[in-house]
Amino acid sequence: MSEIPKEEYIKTCTAACAGCSSSLCLRYVLKAAGPDTVLVIPACCTSVIQGVYPNTSFNVPVYNIAFAAAAACASGMSKAFRSAGKKTNVIAYAGDGGTVDIGIQALSGAFERGTDFLYICYDNEAYGNTGMQRSGATPLGALTTTTPGGKGEFKKDLDRIVAAHNPPYMATACSSYPLDLYKKVKKALSIEGPKFIHILAPCPPGWRYESDRTIEMGKLAVKTGSWVLWEREYGKLTVSGPSKAAMKNPLPLEEYLKGQGRFKKATPEIIAKLQQALNKNLERIRKEEEGIC
Amino acid sequence: MLIISTGNKAVAAAVKQAHPSVVAAYPITPQTEIIEQIANYVANKEIETEYIPVESEHSAMAACIGASVTGVRTFTATSSHGLLYMHEMLHWAAGARLPIVMANVNRALGPGWNTWAEHTDAFSQRDTGWLQVFVGTVQEAYDATLMAFRIAEDERVLLPVMVNLDGFSLSHIMQSLDTVELGDFIPPMKLPHAIDVNNPMGYGPMTGPADYFTFRWDIERSMRDARDVIRETEEEFARRFGRKYGPTEDYLCEDADVVVVSMGTLGKEAEVAVDILRKEGIKAGSMRLRWFRPFPDLDLKGKEVVVIDRDYSFGFGGVVAASIRAKTGVECYNVIAGLGGQEVTYDDIAGFVRDRKIGEEMWFGVSE
Ligand SMILES: Cc1ncc(C[n+]2csc(CCOP(=O)(O)OP(=O)(O)O)c2C)c(N)n1
Ligand code: SF4
Repeated sequence: MSEIPKEEYIKTCTAACAGCSSSLCLRYVLKAAGPDTVLVIPACCTSVIQGVYPNTSFNVPVYNIAFAAAAACASGMSKAFRSAGKKTNVIAYAGDGGTVDIGIQALSGAFERGTDFLYICYDNEAYGNTGMQRSGATPLGALTTTTPGGKGEFKKDLDRIVAAHNPPYMATACSSYPLDLYKKVKKALSIEGPKFIHILAPCPPGWRYESDRTIEMGKLAVKTGSWVLWEREYGKLTVSGPSKAAMKNPLPLEEYLKGQGRFKKATPEIIAKLQQALNKNLERIRKEEEGIC
Repeated sequence: MLIISTGNKAVAAAVKQAHPSVVAAYPITPQTEIIEQIANYVANKEIETEYIPVESEHSAMAACIGASVTGVRTFTATSSHGLLYMHEMLHWAAGARLPIVMANVNRALGPGWNTWAEHTDAFSQRDTGWLQVFVGTVQEAYDATLMAFRIAEDERVLLPVMVNLDGFSLSHIMQSLDTVELGDFIPPMKLPHAIDVNNPMGYGPMTGPADYFTFRWDIERSMRDARDVIRETEEEFARRFGRKYGPTEDYLCEDADVVVVSMGTLGKEAEVAVDILRKEGIKAGSMRLRWFRPFPDLDLKGKEVVVIDRDYSFGFGGVVAASIRAKTGVECYNVIAGLGGQEVTYDDIAGFVRDRKIGEEMWFGVSE
């Protein structure tokens, strides 16, 4: 990882839970973006991690905005910076709830208008800030405080929604592969227009596993094919290194699910449905990479 | 220069001269003409403004907030349901101390759908921390919009300003408009807390009770200081351009026994009503309330007061009447009139005065 700068933009002591991967991701995002960057964050765990006034854990300006408004606020900010001749990176850093649920209108609008910014959704698959309620990104069968019997619906396919906007660059990433994330942020910020990165961010209290297993959890997600790392530049999809191997020979899905308390009520039928959806997704990605679809 | 203009176009003309860097907006009747006109200015390169055609009013205000905090001038316009849809972001803009200027074309609220004038939309934003001015003529819509930028951006204020104009009865009617050579009337915007990547700070993070409380007091202190800033700005406007404004527009109030208090376009009708009543020997006067926030000090002692509310707070009463009772201790006859564009003529207003029942409330035109 010699190419990753030593500069830190997140202080060593934050309000994140032990083993929080989303703050780890943000650390690499900011290293890639550098100091000429403004973060726009809606209500989410990151707004807690950032600290309490007058202190801040982050070493770039952070603009807090209402839950539904990150992409719209970033739109205005980006236009204002550009009109003043500044290249400052505008990065919206939002949770899955603030992206797939309440914020999706603003996200869609900003992408449709071609806003020059990077939107990052760190996906811990629930509402962390308010204590683990279901979000549209919570997977089928997962327990949350508002789906105490397990969620009855599939995870919303955010990437296909964003892809429908044809952004010049979009990618997936995972906190267990920081170099991959770092490179993707760098590339995204080198391109003009709306960019999108969707990061799977395992969350110990939300997923109900011990906090020292965060890296392992992300790796299992990738190795089982539950989460596929890829990037799509100007419409051309490329599967990223760590997922290439996993796609040829994925580990059994149970390896990923069994270590997480949130799936403890998932029946064999639910697991079969998850497996089916996973297979279909891998197939779709394979075909797209080969140029078949 | 003397031209003929609608209220909406007058607002747009003022915006063009104030020259914001960013306008983010979403159409709604009867505001649409304002933002279309601005879009035309931008398309014809008459102004160098970034125009962001957002996907909703919530996003319009969010985009203005994002732009404003970089230190540039911003404007938007809306009406009725658009304003309500923005509500959350209105608190945000004021709390973040951003001098955004917005025109709100006052319109009724559904259901049932009604696109005509009413002031309930603006009054329901009463506690957001926005300054609110209500105008009565096309000329005033233009003048007030120009002054709004200067007032909002004054470092003693740094709060957003809403310029209210009645839907259709002002937004779409044509009157003569005398435009000004602005010169340096609006100085360049200087935002002390503009985002600076060389001095990274957290904007609007979690804040404990003590600091939060101080922030709220700071807003109120600026609201109080805004009275001076408004007065100075209006005085300078009069000096430079010859048109005088104040917290109220008073017509024959001094020796009046009975004063009609109203807002927006009804204020002009009230002046005609006063002339009629004076001929009948009734010593009437008209007071048109221009500034609603900060609420002005009104001198109504010893007068009988008839308040026309083009709004209503259900389960309570007219908002203007309630404010006047609370602020002056003077009782009034509260007439609820003009809701949803109901026609209220000067004859009707003269009738309110003749039939006044101080201490009571009357819904004009509603039979039991
Ligand atoms: C309009 C509005 N509704 C609800 C909330 C409460 N709220 C704050 S954060 C949050 C959930 C955030 O979840 P997500 O976006 O997934 O981010 P995470 O907390 O998991 O990081 C909710 C419901 C709010 N702030 N604003
Ligand atoms: S709840 Fe999850 S995402 Fe939020 S701070 Fe804790 S570990 Fe991180």
